[in-house]
This record gives sequence, structure tokens and C-alpha cells, in this order.
Amino acid sequence: MVYKLVYENLKHRPVRTLLSSLAIGLGVTMMLALVGVGEGMLEDQANRARGVGADLVVRAPGSSVVGMGSLSMNQGILEYVRSQKHVALATPIGVHSTGGVSSIMGINYEEFAAMGGGFRFREGGKFSAQNDVIIDDLYAREKKLKVGSFLNTMNRDWRVSGIFASGKLARVMIPLTVLQELASAKGKITMIYVKLDDPANTQAVIDAMKKDLPEYPIYAMDELIKQFSVNNLPELKAFIGVVVSLAVLFGFLVVFLAMYTAVLERTREIGILKALGAGPGYVLGILLRETVLLAIIGSLCGILMSYGTRWLISTFIPASMVQAIVYSWWPIASLITLAGAVLGVLYPALKAAKQDALDSLSYD
Amino acid sequence: MAIIEIQNLRKTFRSGDVDVHALRGVNLLVEKGEFLAVVGKSGSGKSTLFHILGGLTPPTSGVVKIDGQSLTDLDEAGRTKLRRNSVGFVFQKYNLLPTLTIRDNIDIARDISGKTAPWDAAFLEVVELLGIAEKLDRKPRQLSGGEQQRVAIARAIVNQPAILLADEPTGNLDTENSDMVLDLLRHLNKRTGQTVLMITHDPEAAAFADRTVQMRDGELYSA
Ligand SMILES: Nc1ncnc2c1ncn2[C@@H]1O[C@H](COP(=O)(O)OP(=O)(O)O)[C@@H](O)[C@H]1O
Ligand SMILES: [Mg+2]
Repeated sequence: MVYKLVYENLKHRPVRTLLSSLAIGLGVTMMLALVGVGEGMLEDQANRARGVGADLVVRAPGSSVVGMGSLSMNQGILEYVRSQKHVALATPIGVHSTGGVSSIMGINYEEFAAMGGGFRFREGGKFSAQNDVIIDDLYAREKKLKVGSFLNTMNRDWRVSGIFASGKLARVMIPLTVLQELASAKGKITMIYVKLDDPANTQAVIDAMKKDLPEYPIYAMDELIKQFSVNNLPELKAFIGVVVSLAVLFGFLVVFLAMYTAVLERTREIGILKALGAGPGYVLGILLRETVLLAIIGSLCGILMSYGTRWLISTFIPASMVQAIVYSWWPIASLITLAGAVLGVLYPALKAAKQDALDSLSYD
Repeated sequence: MAIIEIQNLRKTFRSGDVDVHALRGVNLLVEKGEFLAVVGKSGSGKSTLFHILGGLTPPTSGVVKIDGQSLTDLDEAGRTKLRRNSVGFVFQKYNLLPTLTIRDNIDIARDISGKTAPWDAAFLEVVELLGIAEKLDRKPRQLSGGEQQRVAIARAIVNQPAILLADEPTGNLDTENSDMVLDLLRHLNKRTGQTVLMITHDPEAAAFADRTVQMRDGELYSA
């Protein structure tokens, strides 16, 4: 019976119901989009790392597990690595940040290609000149580049010589030697990818290298890829915390306003219910149920809208961002929003519950 | 035994710095099954008396008992229970919930008092008698004023209250609809033995009752 009243009340003010739900949904979308982008980008990074085809990686001392790194390792290490037992192929990588989260990567083309089973070019091919660059298809799509187009980075115009299928560690690659020269870091590299004669030897090789290079983080690729998780990104975790708080605040404010005006608008209805013998709990229950229903509708809207943000991201900035749909966060985001909503309805509901039946039933 | 027993009932409102003595020592006995009309000028205290009897406001002093239960020492929770189980209210403005159908308007009164069983034969007869049986699935705004007031009566008695309080129930109705509502109240009273107290300023309306009392400056006189 109470549900009928709640349902009729929501139906009675469709615009209010719709707008409140959308506003509540925005909070949910904010959370789902952020968590989705975090997960999506980590997953993408992991896929691209897998695409290298290496068994292990040697990184510079003091570098973080998931960060991109910089040109800080001595190239001399490469000779040592190559000389190790079971090492079939070792190739150096140089990473240079070009501002923000974007970076450009220098490779030894032949080695790098050999390790991962070759590039699949959608268009064009490998570098042939000093200012050639190869990019992946997502980057090409986002920046609207074709073979022969120019792109400007590190104060230089680069000619796109090839566009390859994404999944090869980086989106923008140039020859390592060119990168080292431009970055004034000759003889410096960022990390070394290593392929072994047999992956079964991975742990043995790591153990052996760690004896000689105690300062160097050396990871099996499987281990490294496991590290691509939100738990290893304290900044992202903190940011998710901020957005969660904002979503709670958002749900709180939306519901507070919507339900406060509803209570003011319905003093007469509330008075009638009280005259019929409804106690504070009954009135509270009505408003609480209405709020929960609004939060549920809002959460559904928010989940739908998160598909919208994913579409926007994959259509307009596929190379910069990837948004995954993280199902496990659907109930989490909904519950967080519900918490905000329930906090928001408390004051209006208490006001309604305390309302004197006679206040609104003036009949003179 | 009298179903309503009132002795030296006083009600004083404090409005600003002045005390308004709305009731100044009211005495009244109403027998079970009686149909009583209360007449009197505007501002004489009729509604205040009903609000106290209906548990909408506490008395200031005196004795008020409904079916032997004293209202003097009831707290808000106690008055809520009184409204839920012992009294039915009919207002001048019909005060139906606008978003609910007629059926649901009646059912919500039952829901509040915790009843879920379908309407019994006796109540179905009342619904028939009130002439609203065909309108149960409509919304209040689709009904005439007279029809809405008959729904309000059905809602007021659906929980079989000890007393039915009607505060100027025909105040907003034309003569034809007034007569119909008054006739129905009397009919219900005679047929089911429902005790009815009705406020009116219309002597013709009062004539439908068994007995009339007059309120003057917060005191009751037999008329
Ligand atoms: N809530 C209130 N606060 C202050 N004065 C009130 C209140 N309710 C009624 N009164 C006063 O009490 C007196 C009786 O009012 P009421 O019982 O409504 O009379 P009636 O119903 O006979 O017209 C009036 O003077 C009215 O102004
Ligand atoms: Mg009055």
C-alpha cells in the first residue's frame, strides 16, 4: 500500500523524478567512469606489455613498477644481460615523457619486432628516415593521422611512416638512437626486455641476474603484469576516494533538495496521514522508500550513462583513455549513492515525521 | 455507559503574549449509537473540541474519556494510536490523497491501522450505500465534491472507530449534495449504530441529528 503511494508520488511529478534520478545517476557515472578508466587503462597497459613477447624485464634502479620511467639506465648493462645463460634476445627500450601521461618510445626496430613476432602494419611500414615515426591505429584515429602525415612532438615534425595494430607496448615509437640524441642521453636507456630460450628458465635467470645486479628491479613479465592494478596506483586510489566522497555529497544534496521540497509540497498529505493515525515511523517509511526508489532508478541511469562515457572515450580519445565496464563496481557505486541519498532524506523526513497534523488541515 | 464523557474541559491556546481560552469548562455525555449535532458561531470552540476528541491536540485540563479511555494523560504516541483505532474524522475539505485512487484512499487508512484483509461484507454494503462502489478506481479529482465527501466518510469508518467526528461535512456542498451526505450519516448511524458527532452552523443540517448542543464562547449548552 505504501509502495503504491510512493509510486504514485513519483509518477505525479515526472520531471522531478527524472531530474533527481539523472542527478543521482551522475554521481554513479562519475564513479563508474573513473574506476572504469583506471581499470581499462591498466588492462590496456598490461595487454601492450604482453604484446612485447618478452619473458622478463630489467628496469632502472629506483624505478616504480607501473610508471613509464625515463632514460636513466646505462646501456652497458645490455651487454651483461645478453651474455647471460638462456638469454635468447635482449632489447633496450627508451622512454621519454612528452608531458602529462603521454610519452614517446625509442626501440631497436629489428630486435623489438623479432621478440614480439613482428608488427602488423595497417598502413605503411617501418622507419626509413631520421624523422620517421610509427604509431598505432588508435593514436592515428584519435589524432586523425595517416601515413605521410606529420606530427609534432619534442619540438620536431615527425613523418608517420607506418600505422600498426595496437598492442605493442607504446603508441608512438621512433628509433632508440634518434630518441637518445634528441633527449641528450646518449648511451642511456629505460629498460631491457629479455626473451629466453625457454620460459621455464625465467626464475633461474632472474635469480642469477639479481646476484650481479642487486640494485636493479628485475621482473618476470607475468609478475609485472600482475602489478598493473589499482592497488599499486596510490594516486588513482586517492582520486577514487575523492570522487566517491563527491558522489556521496552529490546524492546527499540532490535528495535533500528533492525530498525537502517534496515534504513542503506535501504538508497536507502528511497531515491527512497523521490524522488517520500514521505515526512518525509510517511517514518516515514513506519518504525513505521514495528515496531508495529514486536512488535505485538513479543508479540504473548512472550505469547506463557510464556506457555513454565509454562510447565517448572510445570514439574521441581511444588512444589517450580506455574505459572498462567494471561490473563489480555497479553494486558498490549504487550503495555509495544510496548512502548519500539516505543521509539526504534524514532531515526532510524528520521534519515531516514531526509535523503537527493540524498545521496543514486548516479547514476554516 | 456513555461512549464520550467530558467534564470541565478547558483548552487554552497561547498565541503570542495572549492566552486564548477556546474551551472554558465543557461538559458533555454522549451515549453509544447517538447522532449528536454541535452548532455555534464561528470561533466559539467547536473545532477545538473535535480536535481534542480526535486526538489531534491535547486538552489543557479537565476529564475527556472515549469508551472509558482517558485522553488527558495521552502523549503524542498515545494520541496517534487513538486516531488510528478509535476515531474517524471527516473534514469540511474532503482531504483525500490526490495521487491515490478512491480504493487506495480507503485502504491506506486500513494499512495505517495494520489491516490487510479484504473488505468484509458489511463494509462493502456501506460502500454500496454511499454510492461510491462504481468509482473505486477513479482519482479524487474525477469525483464531485459530494462524492468525495462520501469517500471521506467511508475512509473514516473503515476501521470501525468508536466515534465518527464530522466537522462541517456539508460546508462545501450544495443543498442537494448536503442532504444526501446528511441522509447517509443518519442512515449509517441507524443501521450500524455508529456514534456520530457533527459540527454544523446550519439548523437544517442539525435537524438530521438525534440531539443538538450549542457551543457559545467555549461552553456547551443544550439547545
Ligand atoms: N492553534 C490555535 N492557536 C491559537 N488560537 C486558536 C488555535 N485554534 C483555534 N484557536 C482559537 O480558538 C477559538 C476557537 O476556535 P475554533 O475551535 O476553531 O472555533 P470554531 O470551530 O467554532 O469556529 C478561536 O478564537 C480561535 O481563534
Ligand atoms: Mg471550526
